[in-house]
Amino acid sequence: MKFVQKAMVAAAFATAALSVSAQEQFFPVLSYRVGPYAAGGSGFFGGVIDYLSLINAQGGINGVKMVWEECETEYNATRGVECYERLKKVRGGATMVEPLSTGIAYGLLDRVAQDKIPMTTLGYGRSDAADGRVFPFVFPLITSYWNQAAGMMKYLGDKEGGLDKLKGKKIVHLYHDSAYGKEPFAVFEAYAKQYGFELVKLAVPHPGNEQQSQWLQIRQAKPDYVILWGWGVMNATALKTAQRNGYPSEKILGVWWAGSEEDVIPAGSAAKGYTTMTFNTPGNYPLLDEIKKKVYAAGKGNLEDKSRIGSTYHMRGVTAAILWVEAVRKAQEKHGKGKVMTSEQVRWGFENLNVDEARLKALGALGMMPPVKTTCLDHEGSGAVKVQRWDGKAWKAVTPNWVVGDKAMIRKMQEESAAKYAAEKKITPRDCSKEG
Amino acid sequence: MLYREAGQFKATYAEDSQIFPIRQDKIGIVLILAVAFVGIPLMSVAGFLSDYSFTAILTPFLIFSLAALGLNILTGYAGQLSLGTAAFMAVGAFASYNFMLRIEGMPILVAFILGGLCAAAVGIVFGLPSLRIRGFYLAAATLATQFFIVWCLTKVGWFTNYSSSGVITAQKIEMLGYTFDTAFSKYLFVLSVVCAMALLAKNMVRTNIGRSWMAIRDMDMAAEVIGFRPMRTKLMAFAVSSFYCGVAGALFAYAYLGTVEPEGFNLDLSFRILFMVIIGGVGSILGSFFGSAFIVLLPIFLNVLIHFLESSAGINLPSGISSSIELMVFGALIIFFLIVEPHGLARLWQIGKEKLRLWPFPH
Amino acid sequence: MQFFLEVLLGGLLSGVMYALVALGYVLIYKASGVFNFAQGAMVFFAALTTAGLVDAGLSLWLAAPLTMVAMVALGLLTEKIVLRPLVAQHEITLFMATIGLTFFVEGLAQAIWGANVRSLDLGIEDVPLEWLLENANIAISQFDLVASGIAAALVTMLAIFFSKTKIGRALRAVADDHQAALSIGIPLQHIWGIVWGVAGFVALVAGLLWGSRNGVQFALTFVALKALPVLILGGFTSVPGAIVGGLIIGASEKLAEVYLGPLVGGGIEGWFPYVLALLFLLVRPEGLFGEKIIRRI
Repeated sequence: MKFVQKAMVAAAFATAALSVSAQEQFFPVLSYRVGPYAAGGSGFFGGVIDYLSLINAQGGINGVKMVWEECETEYNATRGVECYERLKKVRGGATMVEPLSTGIAYGLLDRVAQDKIPMTTLGYGRSDAADGRVFPFVFPLITSYWNQAAGMMKYLGDKEGGLDKLKGKKIVHLYHDSAYGKEPFAVFEAYAKQYGFELVKLAVPHPGNEQQSQWLQIRQAKPDYVILWGWGVMNATALKTAQRNGYPSEKILGVWWAGSEEDVIPAGSAAKGYTTMTFNTPGNYPLLDEIKKKVYAAGKGNLEDKSRIGSTYHMRGVTAAILWVEAVRKAQEKHGKGKVMTSEQVRWGFENLNVDEARLKALGALGMMPPVKTTCLDHEGSGAVKVQRWDGKAWKAVTPNWVVGDKAMIRKMQEESAAKYAAEKKITPRDCSKEG
Repeated sequence: MLYREAGQFKATYAEDSQIFPIRQDKIGIVLILAVAFVGIPLMSVAGFLSDYSFTAILTPFLIFSLAALGLNILTGYAGQLSLGTAAFMAVGAFASYNFMLRIEGMPILVAFILGGLCAAAVGIVFGLPSLRIRGFYLAAATLATQFFIVWCLTKVGWFTNYSSSGVITAQKIEMLGYTFDTAFSKYLFVLSVVCAMALLAKNMVRTNIGRSWMAIRDMDMAAEVIGFRPMRTKLMAFAVSSFYCGVAGALFAYAYLGTVEPEGFNLDLSFRILFMVIIGGVGSILGSFFGSAFIVLLPIFLNVLIHFLESSAGINLPSGISSSIELMVFGALIIFFLIVEPHGLARLWQIGKEKLRLWPFPH
Repeated sequence: MQFFLEVLLGGLLSGVMYALVALGYVLIYKASGVFNFAQGAMVFFAALTTAGLVDAGLSLWLAAPLTMVAMVALGLLTEKIVLRPLVAQHEITLFMATIGLTFFVEGLAQAIWGANVRSLDLGIEDVPLEWLLENANIAISQFDLVASGIAAALVTMLAIFFSKTKIGRALRAVADDHQAALSIGIPLQHIWGIVWGVAGFVALVAGLLWGSRNGVQFALTFVALKALPVLILGGFTSVPGAIVGGLIIGASEKLAEVYLGPLVGGGIEGWFPYVLALLFLLVRPEGLFGEKIIRRI
């Protein structure tokens, strides 16, 4: 076995030595394209690669080309860590990393801090990582779970005509029974206390392919709304089981990991009218046309099925890649245009992102995502969400504007939780007033 | 010729009861230890091995070997099939974390041992049904352990110190003022723990405990008739096995992942460790290491190989297809190995030793 | 009371769905002593193939038989390539081989059809029965009733097949004693080929029903986890045991989740059936209908 090991290390070095050309910005792509979550993984990482290809087709970032290498993680923490370690030093070093998996992200948390490589966790992971003083290398960009939960409450309140109208209502939180599903407890409980509605928490054990008992309980409780905090097969099953128990899909509000085509298509007609949160506005944008024209027409598109261009996961991938590229661009502005940025310089870029509406317009993505402005203190950058509805064929935005919950309250919770983490880990938080 | 024990006489009881009675084995084990403790560090100093090989290959390989060793004690030596390995690892990890967190100045090794003991206690409780249930019925029943423990760790906030994300973050590994924080030092730490425990296991299976396990495995009725107490023997196997798994779980959290959620110790992990035992060789200490190497390295190797083939042949398969092919080849190779050698890689090693005994003369 | 009934009935119907998956395991274990871990993957493969063919424009009535052919071929090949060389090996080795097969089948399915999720419409609407809802305020899904009808038909068919046909009797002989069966001239490998073919058929039925119920996606392989407690409760070797076990597990896990769950934070359905089956085994170590284990020295 030893020789296999050596051969592999040699192979890893060989790929590393293959190409150390001058003007390449390297991105490791820790994707998963087989296994239970492959449908989402192929869409997301397809979007990432499509956007990077588009940047290359447009001549790179001030002449610096984007390069990437894929590694299959199977959504498994051990495989993901191995992929990260394998790719972090090749081709001049990883710019940043995005595993799109909670388990892998946790496995990388200490490693990225040690290697000084920024990690984005777009819409998942620890909510308290938004506090950049304690987590300098982690970026839960756009919106964390807690702000999403607050956004949900705001939306439901608005629907009733004001948050105080929620008094006396009953809301069921139907969650995937894992750390992920329990993450928003604190937020919902705080809202329930403040606005006087009844919160019923129902757990669905992993994987969630059988939910008859939960939905019978829901049928019994007759709640005004059901929040579906699910993942994978649990989402489609929830919609189907709701239908078989006669609960209207209009009253179900999903988390964004329950809000993609992959979640509703298996449920067929049961999903019609169902609403979810999202951080992208569904629709078509000049940027997507550009990708079709410059990338797919040239035969370089990553999705096998072209109809998935602009689907939820694909758009999330494009969104992620936009932020990556903007961070590199920002870093180049400070450290020299047309140069390859180191991961630390890119980390600075992520911390000083300012993707405002003008910039989004220039990219051809105005409205596709909320404007993102990060600081040393705030690694989240937005906190805005949108609500979308499945009309049986496509997602349609319900809220014309971005929905923002009680950000001050969430920020306070994040800081408390991050401080607790820092105390446990014996980390001294950075002083943001000294950061340039 | 090379591997021949002829002429090595044992004149005393002490000589006869050594762990490695044959001189060649002694030389072999010293060589392996020398390579692991001295050779590999030297190679890393000389720049042949990068951090990658320590943190992504060698460390997980050793940790999984330890877990496989634990399961092998239960399945291979005592004959009780278990699918709850990851749960015992989780108990070890979460218990160690809580000992470190809640007791000021707790030395890390003591916390690991206490974590292992907690796992052993849980193992004894969930081992009780083995007194009545056998074979696949027991295997399916041990799934109760797997699901129940992970559920408990998710539900009870105290275990994760009420972390809002429901995860534990391992404390630093510190001993005598030295912090094990580089990939290399963590490797040495894990290696020392694993070597000590592997030697202990190797010794244990030769003692009367080990022999009583094997008697129970081979035919429990007969063992009972000739005076082995099945309850004590089986529960002992569960306890020792869980202790090993618990320590492996603590190492998994502390020296490898850093931050873990209870879901990190899911059924998949249990299965992976069972694969290691079966592929490596049921009832073999060495086999646990072979199996771990096979299961840890093969998927990585396939991934590198397929990327390499693609780039050298100039074809660009859609990524989904190449990932699926990796999975297919992995499955096919497992079947192939089982057909070629149903008793695992350890058996191949034995055959190799037989060959060496005769070599270069075929008869 | 109405709620209790609703939970009970819902549980019983879910139990039939579990039993459907468990049947595949029983068939193979009964005839060849192999615990076929790949059954879940076979369910996934069958559902994905049918859905893929339907999406490619075939009608369901054409797609299902075509898949059937593929499943039988898969079963026969498995028997020939994987199990025949491993005959008379230890059961753990055989178990591991079927795990290897699981990886292979999962990879194969996704290599052919991609990782996208699909929906499968069998034309049975999954909505509550109206008159029952109106008259008794009990929600029972139409689909579940049809599914349990199909399951019942399948079990009856298999029971007749086992007890009345020549092949069936040969199968039972093989299950009792391989060597004795061989010595009276039953072609062992031929029989095993048939069993794997039948298991493929059962996987197809389970795949179609589960796929239509939850959508066709990789997670279909997880239904195996629901079948295992059914299997240990009912006994690995009994076809009626699978059904009865399924009903018991289905009903009790729902009742436990609804009535015990809230006391301990919910989500106990994941482990409750296993604990139940475990407790049951302490009383009867061979399961409900399993063959009595006689141990001699």
